[in-house]
Amino acid sequence: MFYREVGQYKTNYSADMSVMPLLQDRVGIGIILFIAVVIIPSFGNAFFIQAIMIPFLVFSLAAIGLNLLTGYTGLLSLGTGAFMGVGAYACYKLTTYFPGVNILIWIVASGFFSAAVGVVFGLPSLRIKGFYLAVATLAAQFFLSWCFIRQPWFYNYNASGAIEVPTRTLFGIPITGATASDTARYYVVLGVVVAMTWLASNLVHGRIGRMWMAVRDMDLAAELIGIRLLRTKLLAFAVSSFYCGVAGALLVFQWYGSAEPAVFDVNLSFFILFMVIIGGLGSLTGSYLGAALIFILPIVLRYIPPHLGIPIRPATVDHIQYMIIGALIVLFLIVEPNGLARLWQIGKQKLRVWPFPY
Amino acid sequence: MHLIYQIFVDPFVQMGSAPDLLVQTLWEGLVAGVLYSLIALGFVLIFKASGVFNFAQGIMVVFAALTLVGFYEHGVPAYLALALTIAVMFGLAFAVERLMLRPLVNQPDIILFMATFGLTYFLIGFGELVFGGDPKVMIASQLGLPKGAVEFKMAGGFVSLQKIDIAAAIIASVMVAALAVFFQKTRVGRALRAVADSHKAALSVGISLEYIWVIVWFAAGLVALATGIMWGARSEVSFALEIIALKALPVLILGGFTSIPGAIIGGVIIGVGEKIGEFYWGPLLGSGIETWLAYVIALVFLLFRPQGLFGERIIERI
Repeated sequence: MFYREVGQYKTNYSADMSVMPLLQDRVGIGIILFIAVVIIPSFGNAFFIQAIMIPFLVFSLAAIGLNLLTGYTGLLSLGTGAFMGVGAYACYKLTTYFPGVNILIWIVASGFFSAAVGVVFGLPSLRIKGFYLAVATLAAQFFLSWCFIRQPWFYNYNASGAIEVPTRTLFGIPITGATASDTARYYVVLGVVVAMTWLASNLVHGRIGRMWMAVRDMDLAAELIGIRLLRTKLLAFAVSSFYCGVAGALLVFQWYGSAEPAVFDVNLSFFILFMVIIGGLGSLTGSYLGAALIFILPIVLRYIPPHLGIPIRPATVDHIQYMIIGALIVLFLIVEPNGLARLWQIGKQKLRVWPFPY
Repeated sequence: MHLIYQIFVDPFVQMGSAPDLLVQTLWEGLVAGVLYSLIALGFVLIFKASGVFNFAQGIMVVFAALTLVGFYEHGVPAYLALALTIAVMFGLAFAVERLMLRPLVNQPDIILFMATFGLTYFLIGFGELVFGGDPKVMIASQLGLPKGAVEFKMAGGFVSLQKIDIAAAIIASVMVAALAVFFQKTRVGRALRAVADSHKAALSVGISLEYIWVIVWFAAGLVALATGIMWGARSEVSFALEIIALKALPVLILGGFTSIPGAIIGGVIIGVGEKIGEFYWGPLLGSGIETWLAYVIALVFLLFRPQGLFGERIIERI
């Protein structure tokens, strides 16, 4: 009743093939964008924007990147953290070598470096499948982490071994570095993430996305109908790493402000993989939902006990938090193995037939 | 030219000029490899019998070792503590089967893999809550494990072998032999292999999956306990040990997910390759190449044999 497609006729092919054929979807996206662009910056406080919204968007972008690879192409990767690191370090090197060029260009350009590295480590994917491939991508993770720690060239030989984000401006307003305001950073992240989500949505709904999905469903059969496996898989690695690279650059430049190599360790890879699986494999909406759940859950868990007036030592909270997250992951997989995206679809169906049960 | 010389000539000259160091390095690699194999063995057991890629094996090692030390610290005699720990591992296997695996039957592999991640997090939190995060000393001597080193002369130098390492190698071999006999000769072992081949076929001839899974997780728990004791005796018991699970993954892909001998031989190749690489080629690249060398070795092997050295041949049909 609330979500009905009845009466929404399509009279030409482009309308039939549009990503959001329903009026309700378009209105919904409009409302979400309105909230993101207008409401949050004007009413959200600094903590909300800086510590929740920016990382949420950055992780969503990384989750979309991994989802393109794992959810759409069926290639399990545990190297996400390292590919994000490549993006961050590439952006850092580029902007310190060429300070005059706009930082936004370098943030996007760093994605291409990450994509190139992703293609190199994606090469084995033609021969190796499933969990074997997952472990093979761990090679990328550990090798790149080692590079960031042991090769001083990556962090410009500075003493701390960390990368510090310099201040860069856009139209005279600082958008990175210590002096940039939260709102400015937020808008940069939001702009990049929205643009890249739009791009990803078009990719997966088009010919390339269909090729990916054919490979995911059965790569031998896909090869038989004329899809070139090597190209398709490497393209998936390239695009996925591109997204992760940009997300990594945003992570350091817009959120942390400075980063040690430990940020991009294997735990980050696992963290992003959680988001993708909890959110739903093969769903862009799911990437957002998963990022929201996995990122915000620990924050909520951390703030609940003090508000209820339960005196617990911080260390104990940490341990209990681990236990709860672990138990929730298992519980969630048992209840809904297809992820939050599936829940959202069920919800839509319920809204469609309301007030009847079916 | 100089670089090529450094890569291809220098290390071998070093090896030739100091054979005692070479033997020492080989031995270190062998011991590390045996311990990697033990962890990989836990993975293989569970993967063979249920198709679950059990990421929690590493934390199970830590958990078993911590439980053992924890009991001992509360005044339980060492051997009784060992028995109690075995009981705890059985309880864990039972709980995992009942609460995690049974509701997730017939889900895709990646979902089960994710669930073991959940288990990992749960065990980390639970372990730290109960035992605290501080490193503990393994009760090696109380359990009757030897201490000290054996030294012998060789080519003008000394090679020293830790007794505990020798014990580890012996225990590992005994355990592998026992598991091989168990898998090949006993009724339960045959049932395990049947389940590994096909869940449906096994069910149809009356094998209870639940029973098999408890058995196999318990076996993996025992392997984890042995690994925990050995590894803990070499350094100490702490949550940092969890990282060795990641070390065991290249061993696993090198040997093949489904092969017990593969896990052993893979472990030795990785362990020796890693130590030799670190010792002779490490200074060239900057130290710490141990962290990724194993993966690169495994990756190169995989390019030629995608199912690992001893894995079952992957046959794909349309």
